[in-house]
Amino acid sequence: MTDVAVVGLGIHPFGRHPGVSGLEMAATAARAALKDAGIGWQDVEFAAGGSDAAGNADTTVSVLGLTGVPFINVKNGCATGGSALTTAHAMLAAGAAEIALVVGFDKHPPGAFNPMPEEWGLGSWYGETGLMLTTQFFAMKIQRYMAEHGISPSTLAKVASKAFDNGARNPWAWRRQPLSEAEVLSSRMVNDPLTQYMFCSPGEGAVALVLARGDRAKALARTPIYLRSVAFRTRRFGSFEVFSPSIPLESAPSPTTEAAAAAFEQAGIGPDDVDVAQLQDTESGAEVMHLAETGLCAHGEQEHLIQSGATRLDGRLPVNTDGGCLANGEPIGASGLRQVHEVVLQLRGEAGDRQIAGPRRVGFTQVYGAPGVSACTVLTR
Amino acid sequence: MSQQTESISLHDGLVVGTVDAPELVGSRCKACGVVAFPPQSSCAKCTSRDVETRHLARQGTLWTWTIQCFAPKSPPYSGGADDFEPYGVGYVELAGEVRVEARLTEPDPEQLRIGMPMELVLIPAPGPGGGLTYAFAPAEDHE
Repeated sequence: MTDVAVVGLGIHPFGRHPGVSGLEMAATAARAALKDAGIGWQDVEFAAGGSDAAGNADTTVSVLGLTGVPFINVKNGCATGGSALTTAHAMLAAGAAEIALVVGFDKHPPGAFNPMPEEWGLGSWYGETGLMLTTQFFAMKIQRYMAEHGISPSTLAKVASKAFDNGARNPWAWRRQPLSEAEVLSSRMVNDPLTQYMFCSPGEGAVALVLARGDRAKALARTPIYLRSVAFRTRRFGSFEVFSPSIPLESAPSPTTEAAAAAFEQAGIGPDDVDVAQLQDTESGAEVMHLAETGLCAHGEQEHLIQSGATRLDGRLPVNTDGGCLANGEPIGASGLRQVHEVVLQLRGEAGDRQIAGPRRVGFTQVYGAPGVSACTVLTR
Repeated sequence: MSQQTESISLHDGLVVGTVDAPELVGSRCKACGVVAFPPQSSCAKCTSRDVETRHLARQGTLWTWTIQCFAPKSPPYSGGADDFEPYGVGYVELAGEVRVEARLTEPDPEQLRIGMPMELVLIPAPGPGGGLTYAFAPAEDHE
């Protein structure tokens, strides 16, 4: 297959930005990505992007310029960014365009999401009686996982503490105040076993990437970072997912497990080769479980891995080097692309105060969300 | 304690039986045997549309749990934020059938452990409506 590379990066800081619309953030990120690639908007031959709650991505074209570019709007829940990237990657690989722009953005109000049961095929009673909360699902999944695989509350707290340490080194992060393991553990209990600082918050932000194929990639980028694979999966029967009034007795691999396996297979690269990874950390437990679901370690191995510091910036397998969702918040449409943005920076060696210490040849990203979708990428220098 | 034998029907017929002995109504696929709650018109496993209604077991074991420590946003929650009290939520495994998500009557994390026996009961539904909803309560061991 023709090589596809990331040749331009743009980001609008994550956090809270009163008076700035999601679309304005998207335009800021897109302009930054074009500048980084050294091209103009008129050079872009295909674009894809979206948000969950902040408008149609192609409205940005009225800000950037009406060039007639084919622009596909994507709205696919937590996989919005990953789906936009999948689309652009496929278009480039197929030869339908030489240069593509991908953009993801969002702007959510403070507090937990409040989805309506009817939009998820559930009776109103499910929400009325207090079961329609994503936080409950995450807590119950990690509660069971901790019992089965010997994961301690201290490990959950270390994941969050690491995220805030990394966030403090990231100029675009929302939460830039380091928090100790003890501070995380003693914060308000939200859903046992998860405390306040173990959860990310819905937020605001935007990310854009410029992709190019083949010779164009080599010509454009100082250091092209190749997108070796993008794989996207939805849930199978037996996977434990959010908003499930019941789950079957038999279990199945999660969409993350399947997407990760497909991404590694397409790339011809194994999990053991990964030098840096960005994993969906909606809460601390998610990062723990996703480490094993993606194949980066065995189930149960996380306890030692995290306690020994292996996932820190100077460890053997640095994870969520930009602070992840925990320090950046979760603007749904932007999250998956933020992960790719961070891996490209790390592989280029341009991650500043948070540059990983070890080798930087292979990066991996995994985004996951409701109602059971996951997108994974493998990138190489 | 007097017997409450009046028949009930809650949440559009998902909870039936009596106040003392409520039952959840699910479905069972006649082709592959998979049980679901609420009832499904086609099987999520084998896609067969040959499914039958099934009243689920009233006893099971706690598969996982959490405590809901903050007031959910309203809507969709019926309860208010001012008089909110933390409540338990869990999945209870009904042997040979399915794992059902439900509120738990026990809000103290020290009193909950995976594998403990549970039984289906009715509790007041949150909010001013005065209705009932289903929940699982810790039960005597039926072994």
